[in-house]
Order: sequence, then structure tokens, then C-alpha cells
Amino acid sequence: MSMLRLDSITRRFGGLVALENVSLEIQTSGITAIIGPNGAGKTTLFNIISGFNTPSAGRVLFGDDDITGIAPELIARRGLIRTFQLVQLFDELSVLENVKVGRHLHTRGGLLMAFLPRLAARREAEVEAAAQALLRQTGLADRACVPASALPYGQKRLLEIARALAAEPKLLLLDEPAAGLNREETLRLAELLRAVAAAGTAVLLIEHDMTLVMNVAAQIAVLDFGRLIANGTPAEVRQNPDVIAAYLGQAEAALA
Amino acid sequence: MNSLTSTWAKRGSNPVLLAVWGLASALVVYVLIRGGYLMSVLQIAAIYTVFVTGLNIFMGYTGQVSFGHNAFAAVSGYTSAVLTATYNWEPLPAAAVGLGGVLLCALIIGYPTLRLRGHYLAMATLAIGLIAYDVAVEWGSVTQGYMGISGIPPIGIGRWTVASDRGILVLLIIVAAIGMFAAAGIRRSRLGRAFVAIAGSENAARALGIDVSHYKLVAFLISAFYAGVAGSLFVHAIGFVSPEVFGLHMVVLAFTMLYIGGIGTFVGPALGALIVTLLPESFRTFNEYQDLAYGAVLILILIYAPGGVASLPKLLSSSSRRKPA
Repeated sequence: MSMLRLDSITRRFGGLVALENVSLEIQTSGITAIIGPNGAGKTTLFNIISGFNTPSAGRVLFGDDDITGIAPELIARRGLIRTFQLVQLFDELSVLENVKVGRHLHTRGGLLMAFLPRLAARREAEVEAAAQALLRQTGLADRACVPASALPYGQKRLLEIARALAAEPKLLLLDEPAAGLNREETLRLAELLRAVAAAGTAVLLIEHDMTLVMNVAAQIAVLDFGRLIANGTPAEVRQNPDVIAAYLGQAEAALA
Repeated sequence: MNSLTSTWAKRGSNPVLLAVWGLASALVVYVLIRGGYLMSVLQIAAIYTVFVTGLNIFMGYTGQVSFGHNAFAAVSGYTSAVLTATYNWEPLPAAAVGLGGVLLCALIIGYPTLRLRGHYLAMATLAIGLIAYDVAVEWGSVTQGYMGISGIPPIGIGRWTVASDRGILVLLIIVAAIGMFAAAGIRRSRLGRAFVAIAGSENAARALGIDVSHYKLVAFLISAFYAGVAGSLFVHAIGFVSPEVFGLHMVVLAFTMLYIGGIGTFVGPALGALIVTLLPESFRTFNEYQDLAYGAVLILILIYAPGGVASLPKLLSSSSRRKPA
């Protein structure tokens, strides 16, 4: 059974067809990458999967459930957690608190718990421990008390991933996680993604950094002008003439 | 290890803030012993501390905006006043009915208006405050219009009442302190984290499974409850209510206190309430230039401490850290 299935997704913005008849299956484990030139419709597809946008036609199936057009917070509750292309941190909060917010779905308690700190203490200790563990895993442990806004860009990206992991996703959607990272940071990110996938979380990422994609992805889907033009293993995609023309060919032309 | 507790401990042990707290408590003790006119000034400051602490939960923590919380103070204030002065109810059950009414009103108002954002939410809430004022003026048979209601009994149970100015001030300070620590408890809890997440980024909050519209409504209800408590306290402490008491002036004062004190902080509302109620009094000697001096000080505070007085310690420590480098 697949974890996520896109069934003939089409999205039109006025006269512009951002996505046309995209069908795709994501396995229950491993890392899948969606690549494609700018404007190919990758982020639109992510927004549709995560509920921030609705398709003009087609269905999104998560496990056995049809989640097409459901509110983002309800999709998150089912275990599908995303990050954003432009990092969306809670800037004023500390690094640690950002990750703690990520535990929201796995904790309980409202107003009553706020007034009974003793009762809440054990749960808070668990939240704290889980958040600290994620900070260690992402190498941010020594920045725990710094406001998120004070982090350098690369660490902001890592923090957003740590925060998403705090929600214990079944499927993690990452929108260009390597954008703005230097070589060393990208290598660390690849390591982190492999560890996440090895721990049983399926990962779907949009990425421009081909070294990262070829390095970590087991499956690659290629979008071009809103159409899925290829889908397969890295080796298959690399040899696909359509892909070379649409994507890699373009890059070569730019280099020349 | 426990940065959550340590950030609070750090804030508490900051020498600048400790000095401010020391000064504030010295003032309160002095006024309690000395008595006189300043007593009623501090009573107003304590009542506004409750009001602004509630507003801080909605505006500071959750990042929303409301120009209409005076409406909630008016609902419970007038309920308290009418039930006790006209129908001879006991103050506590009257206030309880008033607070129930406040929560009901906040639910009915909040559900549709919280779909609005930014300026639109501001406009809608402003309208609610103006409507409350007009109702208080026009519904003469109950509210006695511009005349207002006087002879409202002080807070108490049965024969035991808090009637002396000193007693009222102590009671108000206790309620204000409870309100502040309850707000701090909320901020540190899962609920408070959901609030501040919404203020940080609604999209990111939703992507983590936080039901944004639900938590906005909860924040709105909590802050309306604080406003209601402030409203009831006011009429019982002063013994009089008129539409002007809960008019637009209340909103302007509360906003000034929130921003002067420090929006989103624990001590901000109390500091703001103290400063904004005491400043005009301390410029009495300037006679006709009193308002000018008051305005100038407010502007100076906002220029040199844009985060409010509560942000001063952080400001000072970061500038002293920069110097040696």
C-alpha cells in the first residue's frame, strides 16, 4: 500500500494551468524527491497535499483516507507535516520553544493545565526532553535558548525540520530544505534525512540541489510546466531524455 | 536543562527589573500607610492591570488586535451595578452573572469577527466597543443613561465588606497579582505555546496541527473574562458607573499601558498601568503644560524603549555587552 497517492491532480489559477493531471504514489518509507525547473508547479503541489490549497480536479489520498480539500491542521493531525520554502519559524520564541510547539499534537491540556502547573509538570518534562533530543539530533542543542530569529539561515532550516519532526510525522514534506545551505550544511542535512527515513518516517522533498537529491532519494518525480514527465529511480530519471531536455539540459545550457 | 524555568528566573533576578519592582512595592507600601488621593490612583492602576493583562493575552501572546474590550468591561460592570444597586443583589453573585454574560457575549462576538484579520479585526472590535457605549447611553430604563448609576455597594460577602480605601486597594492588588500569575501560567503551558505560535506564523501553526481559529477564540474569551473582572471591580471599588467609564477613553488608556509597559511581557501590563496612571499626577506642578509633559514622556519611552519599559533590562544588558567588544 502506498502512503500518499495523488490521483489526476489539476490546479488552474485563472487561465494558467499550474498542475495538469498529476498522478503519483509515494511509498510508506524512504525518501522521494520532486524536482523540476522554477514554476513547474512543485510548491503548488505541496500546498495541495498539505491542505493550504485545493485542487481544481483530482484527489489526494493519504493512506486510505481522501484528504482532498481538508484543512491543514486536520491533515497535520493525521501525520502529514510540512515545512515551508520561505522558513516560517516563530521568530520571537527560543529555539527550544519552537520545537516544543511542534509537540502540540502529541500533548493534551488546555486552560486547566495552565492553572495547575504541578499536574502539568510531568508532561512538560516529557515535552522538554523530546525537544532537547531533537535539538541534539539536528545539532542545535547549544542554541536552545537563543531566539529563533537570531539563528543563521542554515540553522533556521534545520530548526524548522526539527520542529516538524517533533510532531512525529508519518510523512514529512520538505519544501527546498537545502536552499541557502552551504556544502557542509547540505551534507549534514542529507545525513539527517537518511536518519529520519531509517527511523521509519517517509520523506517527500522538493529540491533544486541535485547532489542532495541524487544522494538521498530512492524515487524521483520530475515536474515540468505542471506535468509529470518522469518518475522512477535516480538512475532511470537521469537517463530519461525528457528530463535531460527539460531540466538537466537547461542547467547545462546555463553553464555553457 | 530547564531553560523554561531559567528564562523566568533570569527575568526575575535581573537587577534593573528588581529595582523597578522594589520601587513599585515601596510606592504601594508608602501609599497604603500614608493614604490620601494617591490611594484611588493606585486602585485605578490595579484595576487596569487586570484589564491590560487580559488584553495582553489576546494582543501580546496571540498577536491579534482588539479596540473593543471595553465592551466586556461594560457588560459585567453594568450587570454588577444594576443587580446590586437596583435589585439589591449581593456583589459576588452579581459579578458572577456579569462574567457569565461577558463570556456569552465574547463567544457570540468572537465567533464571526475572529475570521477577520489585522485592520479588519481592529475595525470590527472598535465597532463593538462603540455599540456597547451607545447601549449604555440609550438603554436609560436600565442604565440610567448619561446620569449613570451610583450607590453601588463595595465588594463583600453578607455583612463582611471591603469598604475602606485601604481594604479595597489591598483586595485589588491581590486580584491583579492573581491575574498576572494566571497569565504567566497560561503563557508557559501548552495553551500559551499555541497562542504564541499563532502570533509567530499562522501557517506554521496550522501545519503543526494547531487549530488556529479555535485558539484565537479561546484567547479572546480569556481576555474578555479579564476585562469583565476589571469592569466589575471598577464599579464596586468606585461605587459609580456611567457610559464614559467604559468608553473609548478606556481603550486608549489600555493601549497606552500595554505598549508603554511592554506588550507580550509578564510585567508589562502592571508597569504600564502604574506609569500611565501616575504620570499625569506627577506632572501636576506643570499646570497647563501637564498634558504636554505627559505626552513627551510617553514618546520618549517609545523612542528609547520600543519594547516598553519591561524591555529595558534586556536593552541595557545588550548595550553593555556590546561596549567591551
